[in-house]
Amino acid sequence: MESASAHFQAKTRWHWLEVVFWLCTLLPFVVTPNYLSLASQIAITALFALSLDLILGYAGIVSLGHAAFFGVGAYAAGLLAKHYWSEPLTGLVVAALIAGLVGYATSHIVVRFRHLALIMLTMGLGLLLHEAANSASALTGGADGLQGFRVPSVLGFKFDMFGRAAYGYSLIVLFLCFLVARRIIHSPFGLALRGIRENATRMPAIGAPSRAHLRKAYTIAAVMAGIAGALLTHTTSTVSLEVLSFGRSADVLVILILGGAGRLYGGIIGAIIYMVARDQFSGANPQYWYFWIGLLLVVVVMFLPNGILGGARALYKKPQ
Amino acid sequence: MLSSLAGVLFDGFAYGMLLFLLSVGLSVTLGMMNFVNLAHCSFAMVGGYATLTLMTRFGWPFLATLPMAFLAGAVISIVLERTLYRRLYRASDLDQCLFTIGIVFISVAVFAWFYTTEQQSVRVPDWLQGAQHVGGMTLANYRVFLIVVGLAITALLVFLVENTRFGARVRAAVDNQRMARGLGIDVDRAFMLTFALGGGLAGLGGALAIQVVGLDPTFALAYLVYVLIVVAVGGLGSIGGSFAAAVVLGISDMAGKYYFPWLGAFLIYLVMVGLLMWRPQGLFGKR
Amino acid sequence: MAPALSTRNLNKSFGSLTVAQDIALELPQGVRYALIGPNGAGKTTLMNLLTGMLRPDAGQVFLSGEDVTALKPDARVKRGLARTFQINTLFPQLSAIESVALAVLEREGQAHNWWRGLPRFGAAIDEAHAILGSLKVPPTRLTRELPYGQQRLVEIALALATQPKVLLLDEPAAGVPKDESTSLFDAIANLSRSLTILFIEHDMDVVFRFAARIIVMVGGRILVEGAPADIARDERVREVYLGKAHA
Repeated sequence: MESASAHFQAKTRWHWLEVVFWLCTLLPFVVTPNYLSLASQIAITALFALSLDLILGYAGIVSLGHAAFFGVGAYAAGLLAKHYWSEPLTGLVVAALIAGLVGYATSHIVVRFRHLALIMLTMGLGLLLHEAANSASALTGGADGLQGFRVPSVLGFKFDMFGRAAYGYSLIVLFLCFLVARRIIHSPFGLALRGIRENATRMPAIGAPSRAHLRKAYTIAAVMAGIAGALLTHTTSTVSLEVLSFGRSADVLVILILGGAGRLYGGIIGAIIYMVARDQFSGANPQYWYFWIGLLLVVVVMFLPNGILGGARALYKKPQ
Repeated sequence: MLSSLAGVLFDGFAYGMLLFLLSVGLSVTLGMMNFVNLAHCSFAMVGGYATLTLMTRFGWPFLATLPMAFLAGAVISIVLERTLYRRLYRASDLDQCLFTIGIVFISVAVFAWFYTTEQQSVRVPDWLQGAQHVGGMTLANYRVFLIVVGLAITALLVFLVENTRFGARVRAAVDNQRMARGLGIDVDRAFMLTFALGGGLAGLGGALAIQVVGLDPTFALAYLVYVLIVVAVGGLGSIGGSFAAAVVLGISDMAGKYYFPWLGAFLIYLVMVGLLMWRPQGLFGKR
Repeated sequence: MAPALSTRNLNKSFGSLTVAQDIALELPQGVRYALIGPNGAGKTTLMNLLTGMLRPDAGQVFLSGEDVTALKPDARVKRGLARTFQINTLFPQLSAIESVALAVLEREGQAHNWWRGLPRFGAAIDEAHAILGSLKVPPTRLTRELPYGQQRLVEIALALATQPKVLLLDEPAAGVPKDESTSLFDAIANLSRSLTILFIEHDMDVVFRFAARIIVMVGGRILVEGAPADIARDERVREVYLGKAHA
């Protein structure tokens, strides 16, 4: 029987597979240099999914409106670049702050609800923001999106059609945010979030201020989603209204569940699989894509309740 | 001024009837079994395409296709329930959401394959086109038709629920499933019949909706949002709640489009968020 | 000295169903009370009212003389009131020591810390380890993999980790098979004497073994309160349990 502190230490150690994984993320530079734009899209989506994992996988908040923060970050970065200056790193900070503020404000509403009301509320807030952006076309460009600005480079690396700067930038930001997420999960706060997910009734009975914890988690998740949105703006130099859409909220939920929620890497794995598959399959006929994704969802829920990572773990039973 | 207000109310009420038909089944089955069936609007889509096929391929008259649309929705509901859904009654909310969204995606793809993604329309009989002019207002015939059908079905449902044994069993099962089983009520059978009824109504709604909003494979997703709003605002398991919420939402949507067109759908979402914050269990929900 | 836990005129109804009527309690520090009564008497409801999970229609709850009626459950825990649940309300996928450590961290106000890793909180981990050790529960297994009796002990461990002054136990031995109940009762017997304990129990042997005083509840009201021997002789209590013919 392991000692108590060893029990906790074991969970925080880096597994060799993790190191291998992150080293492999450098491969696209060498092996698939024509697909670096796709790779940067995947990295951005992975970050977005990771941010959802914090509230869904770890705290248990089912949100159908997480794209709101992604979109806020994207528009914040775009508006900053269009009207003030186009240096991306400071743009990231501004976008993160604004998304965090919106997240903090809405968290006061969201944490008071559960079950269907919560799902509907998050969806409703997302839809509201989408409509607001659609209507405020003088500011946001409405349905045409925000155009007419360019983010030329980051730290001197030009954003070009080869996508090297885009992928490098997205990957580094993803990794840094991942490190933060990893720290959170292995901290007392992360344990509290898991407690809320495991049994929300028990938490107040051990003196835990559940709502305060949830507001904090929601805000952190909003910041991370906002950063992902800003990355998209910087690497593509456009903002489309779609970044706030219900479809994007639904997509990221599907991606996270595919990979496996509450497992830190689920969002990243799900993003890789989903986006590569979509790139391969939806070219000719978008209908085919819907069919296969639908089938995959049905199969995952019936047979792989913990997503792909959960299935992999079950196959490869590791001692805890 | 007043006649335009009355016009908005009329159109909104008609739209509300349509939303009611599309949503009532989901509300009751959610309240009964707590099963989140997001594929509910796929049943509506099936009904719509049934009507389309019968009219364009087989030359059936519009009114005759309506019972078939109902039947199509009901049959597809039963098939899905018996084969797949019953395994997921104990699954988490999230799992049920995801599973039924998968079904929606599949249905969208299947219908796109067979019917293409084009907007479809049907020719309703002449007496349903055009409008009546009453006291300065223009009342579209089809909208009157929708209101009549909607109210008739509501009356039928209320009668069914309040005055029949089947209705009593449904009410018991919605109120307290375990107790109902303990009393010897075959809850599974009652649920299956309710599910079929709800799916059939959705199919009927889908058929009736063609004239108002058109039909294409994305219907299953596009109207899901509205249906969910009606269900959440009205309260789970409540016919009266669905009715009230559908009417409120129908009128709000029309009023929004008429008086504040620059707001777009903003108004409905605002109404929903506000109502849910005030009463998270819905207007007529329990707890 | 103010009683550890007291209530005044506590009332609660659900529509026409009265579940608590004029409940007045005064529990001094360090005394062990058993709360007994037929099913539906309102015992668990009373616990929910005391902990704040239910809001009363009227009346007040005091902890060490302080009026806590307006406080939420987690605030009352911080003031020394802890409870266990009749049905295990645990964290299935957390290990026993993670669960108890969480309770300790919350108590110490350290659970908001998202930057430092858990292994650095050695004091909390050691304390959790000690609590589980005193209850003889293996610390590193997942809660859902523990046998039922040990899960009941984790219930108590979670409550103890909050360092309560008043402990409410809702049927601590409910559902525990006979062969596992010995360690459970040993654990209860070994609880600190400075704790005020109120436990709901149906098994009279357990009641007479552990309780210094007994409170009898019927139909939402407190029928009588007294020493075990007096309660055993009380005619009204016999009536409640055995019917009028036998009184």
